[in-house]
Amino acid sequence: MARALINVPAKAKRGEIIEIKTLIQHEMETGYRVGTNGNMIPRDIITDFVCKYNGEEIFRADLFPAIAANPFFTFYTVATESGAISFEWSGDNGFTAAETATITVE
Amino acid sequence: MRRALLAAAWLAIAAPATTTEIPIAERKSGYDLMGPDTRAMQDDDTANPGMLWVLDGEALWNRKSGTAEKSCADCHGDAGTSMKGVAARYPAFDAARGRPFDLEQRINICRADRQKATPLPFESKELLALAAFIGRQSRGMPIEVAQDDRTKPFIEAGREMFEQRQGQLNLSCAQCHDDNWGQKLAGAPVPQGHATGYPLYRLEWQTLGSLQRRLRNCISGMRAEPYAFGAPEYVDLELFLMWRARGMKVETPAVRP
Repeated sequence: MARALINVPAKAKRGEIIEIKTLIQHEMETGYRVGTNGNMIPRDIITDFVCKYNGEEIFRADLFPAIAANPFFTFYTVATESGAISFEWSGDNGFTAAETATITVE
Repeated sequence: MRRALLAAAWLAIAAPATTTEIPIAERKSGYDLMGPDTRAMQDDDTANPGMLWVLDGEALWNRKSGTAEKSCADCHGDAGTSMKGVAARYPAFDAARGRPFDLEQRINICRADRQKATPLPFESKELLALAAFIGRQSRGMPIEVAQDDRTKPFIEAGREMFEQRQGQLNLSCAQCHDDNWGQKLAGAPVPQGHATGYPLYRLEWQTLGSLQRRLRNCISGMRAEPYAFGAPEYVDLELFLMWRARGMKVETPAVRP
């Protein structure tokens, strides 16, 4: 499975705005490049990214060939309750990756 | 007017290469010349894409390989202690082989001699990952390559290459990186060329790359023929560059635009 780096604060105050950062390892091959043998290199990209906070979707992104390798997303949410923040990536050739981080809200 | 321009052009060609070394106190890492966003990316281990290779390298460090069925950790143990400061000393002199070798070559020598495994190709994901993982253990430590009777001829050979004009553009490394650092080349600042953070993640490459890859870029940019990966000429130049950056802090894995 692809490596991913997640940065979610371990603790937050209720109602606090928190920053979430995610970085995942992926070539993001555009499908527009020509290989050394003269043939096109087939497209191989991540197409979807979803973040859920205790099962509720809080962030979603569609990815396209123009997005650089190793996509990095950073976004904000409001810390409402303790629990799990889950991340899922999916893409071409059956690519899937998932990570979970826990947060304690006081 | 035209005559004056021609005269100026002739002078530029005829003028001897008068490159001057950058005084120690005025040396700057490429980090100091890049934008705040890229700096933030390098500083945050969860935003620095080079860390993905470091994690891969850690896994490789502990994986058994070759017919000897040995992992790096079987001999070297915890890299956090055994590899601390090692990358800051490379390229290092190998007494048995009679010349300096860089870290990537050292990894492959270890693979061949100790693990009885096939060498990893230059710029392969595995070799970069191991080099990044080992380099990471020296982060923040001062660069200190050996400067003694054994390494001196190689440092001097590297210096010669650094100052030698080459290629169709008839440029030397020193003309850009000693004399004109801080100026713009195609909109980007010309750095002083201190190899403090290799292997590093170059946004332009969209991947991690070695110092040799960077040197090949520069050499083909001067319209000269690059040497093949692993050529001793590169190692001499790497050794000179690390000597030139002595005392500066290791940044591996750095991020550069």
